[in-house]
Amino acid sequence: MTTSFTRSDLLLPLPPPASLVGPWGWARANLFSSPLQALLTLVGGYVAVMLLWTFVDFTIIRAVWTGADRDACLDDKVGRSVGACWPFVWAKFGQFMYGFYPADERWRVNLTYGVAIALLVPLLIPSVPQKPLNAILFFGAFPILAFNLLYGGSIINPWLSVGGWLAILGGLALVAGYLMSRVEGPPNVVFLQWGGAAIAVGILLLLLVRTGLFAAPALPVIETRQWGGLLVTLVVATTGIVAALPIGVALALGRRSKMPIIRLLSVAVIELVRGVPLITVLFFATYMLPLFLERSPDAMVRVLVGVSIFSGAYMAETIRGGLQAIPKGQFEGAMALGLNYPRMMSLIVMPQALKLVIPGIVNAFIGLFKDTTLVSIVAIFDLLGGIRAGFTDPQWASPVTLYTGFAFAGIIYFAFCYFMSRYSIFVENRLNTGRRR
Amino acid sequence: MAKMTDGTLPARATGAPKVAFFNDPKTRSLIFQGLALALLVFVIFTAVTNAVTNLRNQNIAGGFGFLDQTAGFGISQTPIPWSESMSYGRAFLIGLLNTLLVAIVGIFFATLLGFVVGVARLSPNWVISKIAYWYVEVIRNLPLLFQILFWYLAVLASMPAPRNSHSLFGLFFANQRGITVPRPIFEPGSGYIGIALILGIVAAFVVRSWAYKRQAATGEQFPVAASMVGLILGLPIVAYLVTGMPVSFDYAQQGRFNLTGGMTLIPEFVALTLALVAYTAAFIGEIVRAGIQAVSYGQTEAGRSLGLPEGRILNLIVVPQALRVIIPPLTSQYLNLAKNSSLAVGIGYPDMVSVGGTILNQTGQAIEIIAMWMGCYLTISIVTSIFMNWYNQRIALVER
Repeated sequence: MTTSFTRSDLLLPLPPPASLVGPWGWARANLFSSPLQALLTLVGGYVAVMLLWTFVDFTIIRAVWTGADRDACLDDKVGRSVGACWPFVWAKFGQFMYGFYPADERWRVNLTYGVAIALLVPLLIPSVPQKPLNAILFFGAFPILAFNLLYGGSIINPWLSVGGWLAILGGLALVAGYLMSRVEGPPNVVFLQWGGAAIAVGILLLLLVRTGLFAAPALPVIETRQWGGLLVTLVVATTGIVAALPIGVALALGRRSKMPIIRLLSVAVIELVRGVPLITVLFFATYMLPLFLERSPDAMVRVLVGVSIFSGAYMAETIRGGLQAIPKGQFEGAMALGLNYPRMMSLIVMPQALKLVIPGIVNAFIGLFKDTTLVSIVAIFDLLGGIRAGFTDPQWASPVTLYTGFAFAGIIYFAFCYFMSRYSIFVENRLNTGRRR
Repeated sequence: MAKMTDGTLPARATGAPKVAFFNDPKTRSLIFQGLALALLVFVIFTAVTNAVTNLRNQNIAGGFGFLDQTAGFGISQTPIPWSESMSYGRAFLIGLLNTLLVAIVGIFFATLLGFVVGVARLSPNWVISKIAYWYVEVIRNLPLLFQILFWYLAVLASMPAPRNSHSLFGLFFANQRGITVPRPIFEPGSGYIGIALILGIVAAFVVRSWAYKRQAATGEQFPVAASMVGLILGLPIVAYLVTGMPVSFDYAQQGRFNLTGGMTLIPEFVALTLALVAYTAAFIGEIVRAGIQAVSYGQTEAGRSLGLPEGRILNLIVVPQALRVIIPPLTSQYLNLAKNSSLAVGIGYPDMVSVGGTILNQTGQAIEIIAMWMGCYLTISIVTSIFMNWYNQRIALVER
């Protein structure tokens, strides 16, 4: 009988060595691959844990949560080493959020926030329909409403005057369209009729505002001096970004224009503003603008003008990037269809370009949101300015007040900016679908 | 009025279509530009008229004459001699020098830290790359002014009083009044060391270009890096020894109540520099990471298959290609840092904006001061751009 020394069945492969798989294997590969790496891991891990522990220990573990005044946060009175003094934040919360906005009227601010969220969230979620309508409501109607609510005064008049100016501008555009219509074929008289009617309606609306007939339903006026805290931060940042879009589009188109004077002016404005720090633009708006005007505008308005010019110049470069990414064929296709310049831009080029630069716009907004802290230098109290002012209150003077204030401000700023940057990344990934492999 | 049919033939028959003069692109562009120009002239005219009226009402004389007046305020950091009896012009110059100082120091350290952060982000070590990631996230999502105030009010102000300063090796001291470091004292003859340093740098670059040429011609290699370091460091050291050691250091002494001697960096400078460096380094770190990742892995593999050691792959293949991607955005970060140094005004570091703001408040010469600020910042921006563009062109891809 012969015996076979050859195996008839295949041996199963051995499992990989224990040192290469599982948590141990992962740690060996990613933490302790060499003595130097092991040292780096240990030192880095120690530093990271210490920092994290300091933060958690201060803000949560050793923190004081309730109290009426500084006694709650003094080591001697409490009998232990005290961390964050949260009662300080609770006591000053209204001031940090609204500044000196009267407490009875704060519902107006909250209502504005509510409307903003109701309009903004659907605008940010890509799958929600009716984007154009949503955008018109947010960028067109919401600012008027916000002005109405935050500043006060007549409820109807702002709508009438904005409507009146829009009607006049639209009417003028229609008349210009009539004048510029082609020689061949009958001139489009309808343009002239509608244009005239619109101008008439506009003038009528403006006259109506003048009569003061609709001054009646009015909210008490809250001067911008009384605004402060997060409210100012959000107002400045939002106004800046909303105003930056039209300014940016105009400057970007101007910079790409074939007309030398227009191009030169646009380049000059963009480069001048981008070459200097925001703080000098704010000083310009605060100290120089009143000299150039007959009447000095409100301090907040001056700052808003400065911020709008500044962010507009940066937005122009962002949008120019989007315009340059549109292939030439799109322009040529539009021209081949016989579209004129405004239609080519508004129907074909701009929708594509703006969509491309949404991440850039969100990044600009993050930058602007952080930059709003600078308004405290020209004596407008934003969130950071309000918290700084809170440090000086003797009722809450304690060794930990300062750190508590910084922790609170830091958490708020970080939360806003981090959320926005995540959103920007999300949009970027969505736009990149075609190019990703 | 739209009909301009002056001819006898229908437009179609003449070949070129007839259009009204205002539909001619050239005419139209002239009209638009004329309108823009008219608007600009109108705006400038109104602004100037108003400004003249307003200034007259406020009794402020225009022009730069005020720069010669006596300033009468103290400045906490003066690179050039200063006393209160000197002029506004000199005060502004000190502000400009302080801005340049913080910008240059900031750019230097931000570049170093930024490259460390960028490389750490790509480290195979999980802990290191996570730390770098969270560093970037936290720093980039907090306002710069917040960070400056944090360093100034929370970190530096919590340092001990001068009598019990923190000390490092007895050379560096940190307390509420800033950071004290040894002060170099230059005695006669120390100028030779500077000359030796310049000579060393020139010689090092000469040696480098000679070595490259020789390597290209013969294939023989020369220890370039070592000889460059030797020349740049060695010549000044030799000069130092030969001229009889003319540079000494004034070390700070811990007295009973205060430190004496040494050179003290004011806390405003330290806080501003720390914040600017930390902030800008986070952005530079991301730029460096993006630049390194932009070099495809195939380049490294190709280097390996040529038999190059890892160090040379990095040095000769990856870094030169990454730099091409890194330099342009790095330039704008440098410019941002220089511009962000204007936030000094938030903590009272006497930079251009801070000093200028004081002058503005004292004299009310808003137009002149703001024009000087903008002029200085624009000049800084333009000079930095020109230098970085020159460097960028040197390292740019030369295509056939």
